[in-house]
Amino acid sequence: MAGSTLTIKDLHVSIEGKEILKGVNLEVKGGEIHALMGPNGTGKSTLSSAIMGHPKYKVTSGTITFDGEDVLEMEVDERARVGLFLAMQYPSEINGVTNADFLRSAINSRREEGEEISLMKFIRQMDKKMELLEMDEDMAQRYLNEGFSGGEKKRNEILQLMMIEPKIAILDEIDSGLDIDALKVVSKGINEMRSEEFGCLIITHYQRLLNYISPDYVHVMMQGRVVKSGGPELAQRLEAEGYDWIKQELGIEDETVGQEA
Amino acid sequence: MTTETKLPVEKENIRSYSQQNNEPSWLSELRVEALAEFENLPMPKPDKTKIDKWNFTSFKSHTVESEAFTSLEELPEEVKTLIHIEEANNLYIQRNNTAAFAILDEELKNQGVIFTDIVTAAREHGDLVQKYFMKDGVKVNEHRLTALHAALLNGGAFLYVPKNVEIKEPVQAVFIVDNADTALFNHVLVVAEANSSVTYVENYISTVEAENGVANIITEVFAGDNAKVEYGAVDTLSKGITTYVNRRGVAGRDARIEWALGLMNDGNTISDNTTYLMGDGSYGDTKTVVVGRGEQKQNFTTQIIHHGKRSEGFILKHGVMKDSASSIFNGIGKIEHGATKANAEQESRVLMLSEKARGDANPALLIDEDDVTAGHAASVGRVDPVQLYYLMSRGITKQEAERLVIHGFLAPVVNQLPIEGVRKQLTEVIERKVK
Repeated sequence: MAGSTLTIKDLHVSIEGKEILKGVNLEVKGGEIHALMGPNGTGKSTLSSAIMGHPKYKVTSGTITFDGEDVLEMEVDERARVGLFLAMQYPSEINGVTNADFLRSAINSRREEGEEISLMKFIRQMDKKMELLEMDEDMAQRYLNEGFSGGEKKRNEILQLMMIEPKIAILDEIDSGLDIDALKVVSKGINEMRSEEFGCLIITHYQRLLNYISPDYVHVMMQGRVVKSGGPELAQRLEAEGYDWIKQELGIEDETVGQEA
Repeated sequence: MTTETKLPVEKENIRSYSQQNNEPSWLSELRVEALAEFENLPMPKPDKTKIDKWNFTSFKSHTVESEAFTSLEELPEEVKTLIHIEEANNLYIQRNNTAAFAILDEELKNQGVIFTDIVTAAREHGDLVQKYFMKDGVKVNEHRLTALHAALLNGGAFLYVPKNVEIKEPVQAVFIVDNADTALFNHVLVVAEANSSVTYVENYISTVEAENGVANIITEVFAGDNAKVEYGAVDTLSKGITTYVNRRGVAGRDARIEWALGLMNDGNTISDNTTYLMGDGSYGDTKTVVVGRGEQKQNFTTQIIHHGKRSEGFILKHGVMKDSASSIFNGIGKIEHGATKANAEQESRVLMLSEKARGDANPALLIDEDDVTAGHAASVGRVDPVQLYYLMSRGITKQEAERLVIHGFLAPVVNQLPIEGVRKQLTEVIERKVK
């Protein structure tokens, strides 16, 4: 079957009573790589959190659907099980739960009782993917994200992506804080996932990640909306000229949203 | 207190029980004196828990006679899972108040190791038992419940490790309550002489629901110079049993005492776990894990008292409270004058799973010396919704995510238990209790 489709229509989201997203429209399909760019504080991470169902974010109007199904009606775990994935900017640290146990629970949550993945198969898969991501073997038995460096956390998010194999993934600033070698490794992992079945929304404010993962579509977010969309050439122009020309073109003075002056 | 307590046992009963067991006269006298003192002593006062209405003294009979087990095959299934049946070389099983099974490795016997029930020990190794029994660890007249314990002692074990003997395999005791009328006055005495080492693990397990049961349990551990004792315990007494449990340790020069306690009783419980670091360079480590549920009220006081120079004490307690359970976690690091360069550290964490649950962590550092280091951390909180969100965002259900967080919260203590079967059992008990 062909890939899935994530559709966001006129999405308004607020946090603690303050509106951050003011009518976002976006569609990501299987086989497509989208880059969502924009300066800090324009609502990019809010969009990713709202899609996944973070408890602090409140959708006030608009719709999110996944293959036509209403995502906003689903619990967080249901969203994951239909095929959504969010690589988080700040993953939680969970004491006492090993990375391996956590991942096995995540995989088995998609399987029927009695059909759980065999331990041997799981270990083989995990070893293979950890090797590709150049992760230390002991990361499997360490507590989930606890004491991980910034780079280790990012790799661990990509490891989860590769093990879980979602249909549509959102990567929230997966490149922030990575040196060039780590960036290459993380990109290798994401490129490994590329297929007609897999759609991806990459949130970043740097163009450099897009040197390794070439997007099909590029969107720019300002003031809680997608203000411009285009092809890969848009990202290149942003890299060369920054965001000011877009602000001028659209008559925007302050591109941020919901921030105190 | 002046309220008269009517015990179901009289002085004459105690004398005849003692005679029946051929106890040495010092023990008979100690019992009778303790009984006489009992009335006039005050109840213990666990900080922040009122226990004056709790039942510690009313029970049907002093002893319940039970059949011994002729082989391990006869054990109830829930007990079998605790034991490595093929490899159980050092094992004592008590059924209610009856010493029901005991084995000890021949080689250890030849090295002078003693592991037997407390009554036999008093009879056959009277001098040795007398030297340690309720003197420097827990005193008979400390309060009403210690005196009651001494007077009514009706079970327990004695483990003696001679100088320079290192026991590799764990030594295990299982205390089974399968008769609802059983009252436990168990005393466990562990003596590890200089340069010896031993791992002892005990399980308290009820297979029946008791109506109005009483358990009054005392442990004394003596680690001689440079000796090492690891002490693991999993208590799972049933809801109707009110428990007073006091586990004490006394560490000599460079000695180590390490406790790993899974306090999983379903009834009201007062637990006192104190380690005296007497010798220079001695080391005490207490890890405690607790789950409270139902209407249960519990008080856990953990103390490490530093006398020795450069002595080090570590207290780590993790508790999960659900339903209307309430628990007080008192942690005390006490450094006496003269214990220079001592280090007292403690950490208490309580995780609350319901609105009605109560948890209270009270860390205290009492320091009577200048040249020391000390620290404490305490927290009482609920499951972090952002952690649950993270786990659920990978497809894990809310219920499973909570289970992972709770197990993770308790794992640092559970993983310390020295016998795999016991660790597994504790994990299962936790699973059952937090569901």
